[in-house]
Amino acid sequence: MQYFVSVIADGTELANPHEMAAIDAFNDRLRAQGYWVYANGLAEPSTATVIDGRGEEPVFTDGPFLESKEFLAGFWIIEAPNLDVALKLAAEGSKACNRKLELRPFHGPEA
Amino acid sequence: MTDVRKAITQAHQEEWARVVAALTKRLGDLDIAEEAAAEAFATAVARWPADGVPPNPGAWLTTTAKRKAIDRIRRENKRDDKQKEAQMLYDDDPPEPLDAVRAIEDERLRLIFTCCHPALAMETRVALTLRMVGGLTVPEIARAFLVQETTMGQRITRAKAKIKAARIPYRMPSAEDLPARVSGVLAVLFLVFNEGYLATGPDTDPVRHDLTAEAIRLTRLVRALMPEDGEVAGLLALMLLTDARRAARVSASGELVTLDEQDRGAWNAALVAEGHRLVRERLDAAAAGLAPGRYQILAAINAVHTSARQVRDTDWSQVVALYDQLVRLDPSPIIALNRAVAVAELDGPDVALTAVDRLEDRLAGYHAYHATRADLLRRLGRSQESRAAYGKAIELTANTAEIAYLTRRRDQLG
Repeated sequence: MQYFVSVIADGTELANPHEMAAIDAFNDRLRAQGYWVYANGLAEPSTATVIDGRGEEPVFTDGPFLESKEFLAGFWIIEAPNLDVALKLAAEGSKACNRKLELRPFHGPEA
Repeated sequence: MTDVRKAITQAHQEEWARVVAALTKRLGDLDIAEEAAAEAFATAVARWPADGVPPNPGAWLTTTAKRKAIDRIRRENKRDDKQKEAQMLYDDDPPEPLDAVRAIEDERLRLIFTCCHPALAMETRVALTLRMVGGLTVPEIARAFLVQETTMGQRITRAKAKIKAARIPYRMPSAEDLPARVSGVLAVLFLVFNEGYLATGPDTDPVRHDLTAEAIRLTRLVRALMPEDGEVAGLLALMLLTDARRAARVSASGELVTLDEQDRGAWNAALVAEGHRLVRERLDAAAAGLAPGRYQILAAINAVHTSARQVRDTDWSQVVALYDQLVRLDPSPIIALNRAVAVAELDGPDVALTAVDRLEDRLAGYHAYHATRADLLRRLGRSQESRAAYGKAIELTANTAEIAYLTRRRDQLG
């Protein structure tokens, strides 16, 4: 079962070197124990472009799709057998990156 | 006929959670399990009066529920995902590692831990536990918490959907998580009990015996499933010793009667005795070096009160000592407030008032803070301030019996 773990940051500053080192160590552990699927950090929200291709001509809008005090700063995709395991990993990840996380399951085949 | 009805009620109390748990384990789906259990009980209501009560009602209900579940899965199979459902269905009791813990574990415990999972909101845990473990209907739970039936129905439906989609596991928590998870379960049960004991709402009975009784019944179940857990025993003792005083706690005219004014002869002696037995059991464990948790200490405090034949026989120094122990575990201002009430008896109302006043910034919105202050000020002869404090307490209280008591006290002041 895969879970999407988003990193919620209340500012746009990137991870500091100390946080970066902790994130690297956490990622190494995810890989070693088979939970890793993918992870990455995102550039700041001001670099975003919103695309609407539903009309005849695609429309591009500069900036994120909603104004917010909290931003999606990065994410993990983890593979875990159940929510208990996923929550435990996410708690460690939150400590490592020093930010709040939101965990959501991917839309499964049964859902 | 009445015998059959009694048998159905008894089977519902004893077997509901077992049927839901067995089916959930078998099918991996709480929703189907719940529906099938409800259908099985409806079938019992329809058939037992004519066919007679089966010799083993639990087995009959489980078998009937299983058939209902199979019917539903077959119906759904025609629509989608044939293979997977069929596999789920025919995989009878998949082999499991038979270590010692699993062998003795009751399926109902998994059900309880799933319903009280920390990823669910507290109000959701309460609703789900009452539905899946307690077997209360959605309208009953909605009434208990004064919300619309549709709202309560949605809350339970969403919870089941989250359990399934996020894959909240249907199993015992790991050993390292167990203490925290057990205390999560106990928090749910205590909340149900307190909502019954301190019922809120202008048109509500001051004590909702249906809720206190259900909380006690569920706590007894958890106690039977986890007989070694001291906090489970502590919570059960706390509930029993509190509930034992129910009849004496509200007067014939619907007014709250405080502990010092209660007719101690009206306390339920059997509940007091059972509560005391549990507290003694935990005292022995504490003497053997097991540090008691908060429910055990709260139960011990209640045991001191219920041991005194007259209020003047109360061993207040022991009550204060127990509160001191509790404050170290739980530095919440509410515990500090209750400690101050005991301090007033031991060291006088002036000492207690100083302690209570220190809690103002944290408890200014809590009715018991003002009620306690009002009482202490009254005893110190500071009538004007006392009257104002009673006024604030009345404003913040939602329990009808408490409002009646506080109003009388306020109006007695000169």
